[in-house]
Amino acid sequence: MSTAAKTLPSRLADIASPAQVIHDPAELRAYAVDGKDPLVAVRPGSVEEVVEVMRFAASEKLAVIASGSRTKLNIGLPPRQYDLALDMMRLDCIVACDPGDLTVAVEAGIPLRKLAGVLAEHKQFLPLAVPYFDRATVGGTLASGVDTPLRQFYGTARDYLLGVEYVTGEGVLAKSGGRVVKNVSGYDVHKLMIGSLGTLGVILRINFRTFTLPERSRAFVALFENARRALDMRHRMAQTSLTPITLDIFSPSATRLLLSDAAARRGSGALPPDLLSNKHWALTTGFTGNDKVVERYGAELGRMAQESGAMRMSELSPEQAPAAFSRKREFIPIALESSPAATILKISVLPMRMNEMLEAAARIADDNSLPWAAMVRGLGVIFLALLPGEKNEDWRRRVTLTANHTIAACGSLEGNATVPWCPSEWKSSVKIWGLERADAAQMQKIKKVFDPTSILSPGRFMGGS
Amino acid sequence: MDTRLLHDLKDLLGRDGVLHASEDLILYENDGSVEVGRPTYVVFPRNTSDVAGIVRLANRHQVPMIGRGAGTGLSGGAVARKGGILAVFSRMNRILGVDVENLRAVVEPGVVNADLSLAVAHLGLYYVPDPSSQKACTIGGNVSENSGGPHTLAYGVTTNHVLAMEVVLPTGEVIRLGSTALDPPGYDLMGLFVGSEGTLALVTEITVKLTRLPETVKTLLAIFDRVDDATETVAELTARGITPAACEMLDGWTIRAVEDYVHAGFPMDAAAVLLFDLDGLREAVEVDAEAVADVCQLHRAREVRVARDARERDLLWKGRKNAFGAVGRISPTYYVQDGVIPRTKLPATLKRIEEIGKKYGFEIGNIFHAGDGNLHPIIPFDSRDEAQFRRAVQSADEIIQFCVEMGGSITGEHGVGMEKDRLMPLMFSDADMDMMRRIRDAFNPKGLLNPEKIFPNTKGCGEIRVGGPPRAPAARA
Repeated sequence: MSTAAKTLPSRLADIASPAQVIHDPAELRAYAVDGKDPLVAVRPGSVEEVVEVMRFAASEKLAVIASGSRTKLNIGLPPRQYDLALDMMRLDCIVACDPGDLTVAVEAGIPLRKLAGVLAEHKQFLPLAVPYFDRATVGGTLASGVDTPLRQFYGTARDYLLGVEYVTGEGVLAKSGGRVVKNVSGYDVHKLMIGSLGTLGVILRINFRTFTLPERSRAFVALFENARRALDMRHRMAQTSLTPITLDIFSPSATRLLLSDAAARRGSGALPPDLLSNKHWALTTGFTGNDKVVERYGAELGRMAQESGAMRMSELSPEQAPAAFSRKREFIPIALESSPAATILKISVLPMRMNEMLEAAARIADDNSLPWAAMVRGLGVIFLALLPGEKNEDWRRRVTLTANHTIAACGSLEGNATVPWCPSEWKSSVKIWGLERADAAQMQKIKKVFDPTSILSPGRFMGGS
Repeated sequence: MDTRLLHDLKDLLGRDGVLHASEDLILYENDGSVEVGRPTYVVFPRNTSDVAGIVRLANRHQVPMIGRGAGTGLSGGAVARKGGILAVFSRMNRILGVDVENLRAVVEPGVVNADLSLAVAHLGLYYVPDPSSQKACTIGGNVSENSGGPHTLAYGVTTNHVLAMEVVLPTGEVIRLGSTALDPPGYDLMGLFVGSEGTLALVTEITVKLTRLPETVKTLLAIFDRVDDATETVAELTARGITPAACEMLDGWTIRAVEDYVHAGFPMDAAAVLLFDLDGLREAVEVDAEAVADVCQLHRAREVRVARDARERDLLWKGRKNAFGAVGRISPTYYVQDGVIPRTKLPATLKRIEEIGKKYGFEIGNIFHAGDGNLHPIIPFDSRDEAQFRRAVQSADEIIQFCVEMGGSITGEHGVGMEKDRLMPLMFSDADMDMMRRIRDAFNPKGLLNPEKIFPNTKGCGEIRVGGPPRAPAARA
């Protein structure tokens, strides 16, 4: 350990208290990113302390990775350097809750579950139904850019994020946006923070627009022989005035995952085993509205399912619906748990190209004798989980070929494909950030503005920046 | 004027693509705001390569360049504050493609907002953002300003409906941002560029989302004898989670101006009206309309009218959308403000606006997007009276200051432009603005693209010059 490293904990202890500085190697392992442990971790207790820590890190050129509950820290490329883990979990306050205005301001480390509880007291919610919901923090959810099945109706975080306060790689405390639902003052810097993996700034405080909890909801599952028919029902729905809250299609192997023990552990409540079938594609959709509205949905969905050639359609009971929803929300961790080296691609294409994309992906995976499962968001986003039997060289080769070919196939369909989840050891051969983008140089300009000496999550972002 | 540059511009764009005589330029020195700045050249690009050529010439000759759509902006965003080349996109007005199945359209920046919705109406589709100037304003201008409109309450503003763009950077480089499929990887450059008020790039092509026209639309007019009753109705609807597609308010002063002109059927003696659109499935609209009417009645609405058909609905909306024209008949010059407050602060804010009006000797009218707390106070003044104009600006600044004190914003949809640059410190610290400036400088390193917009000229003094130096007011027809 270098001299600088030895003095790190004590210097950090001057900023936060000694009890909040971690330098025991065994404890530091919990902060590992792609197998790399930091030299030290610190748990600041206030915005001021975070700013101080960042000023210190900037002056010492320490590579910093901020984290919340550390559920999605392995997204992106492995860090080039990792000195300091900035644990944001103690910043977990609600700064302001304004139910009358349908807005809320929180600190980055607040768990989604805790925030949901407070909002529920006012019959409100935030539509961030993201994977690892029971542990995830709001800051980590933004920084990782994961999506939610509720995007079908509510959009993604960028559609209800109102403002952010952040610290840059130079230790500068700044903010953008505001706390009102409509605002065009200044640049929307806060949108840049979404999915930035902490490479632009450490997110401190976040302002959101909130939504009213719906009075009634209903959920349906329709089973199909193949993807084409399931997608046909999706297209029929898109031709109508119906506005589903969720609309996701699962491949037969994905439905099997949804009924696995791992899924049962993550789902709140049991699902009848015959709800899904491991031979069929399942279209799942949820609606909200008053009695008459949900009644109409039931009738119209039944008709459309029949026209699309569904094997059968069933409605989930009020007890089953939350269980099904949480499994759908947790599809990523369920899939990751199901294989020792699960690799998950996120693919987006125009809705009418989903079938072609799925066929191409299935063909490529089958050619490489690689088991796969797919969750397809109705808006045109496919999560393709490649599920190798073991973590060895042979499987690595097959996963690499499949992932990279699928990325190329997606490119020829004018879509976007990345590999957010992949074993760390395999990241050097898999195109984690997908094909090179025409606007990559512009992103580098942004990075230089916020983090000129590249101390924030160095190496993890697109192009290794 | 630089004859060499003029010659080069004519070479690039043809003789009919360049204006430089002062009698021509004078038509382009205003936008819809009270700001003024005369360009040195007005040019009309026909395609992306023309735009790139203009940018290269501006760089070679070191002159400012400014993009402009229809010039309906309300903050001086498209005004040539420092002279230079004003690129007007009226000749780039083609709808390049409509993808019905994927609900996408690709347009040139000069396409008029309402023209896109008209063009896809027969397909049962429309483009959601609908600024009041939608019959004239362009989608390129909307993108620059991140424009809103009455129906953005439920469906979002421009940034929520734009997916990809081709832009020319101030260096002349042509790049594509975003993607027609969702979730382009990397930083959200689209989110940054939309609403950057023409300071980061000139937009040459835009891919937008189209939306299915609602199955049912119901328009309600609620009439109130007290302004407070109307604002409290809005606050309660918000708290109950009832989100109409639009929720607009007109106060008594505005009602009378509108009614005289449009004959929309607004009662002349009312203190305020609320205009609601509810849309969606008929089963939902029925119930929501009843709920809205109930809340209005609970807050002592004198009457709640429901438009019986499309004609009645259009008439009511005509009253709202032509309100500014109607005000123009009463006062040829007026100053439209744009501030945002949390919706629960509506009653207090309207009272404060009235007090500020009294203090400066104005009767300030209010017509605004009540549902999202986006105010548009109208301050009528006499353009021949310099002192009165100064007072109008002062009263506007005080209103905006109050909005910020309430936890709101200096602008909800008109932009900062040159109108509110000096008010930016009300919301943002030097560090906040410094980060934004550094982003601007990263893309616009010489500051030639739309100079002296958004950011205050002086920094660090901490003093806000409320009621800053008045400029020659614009005469409005």
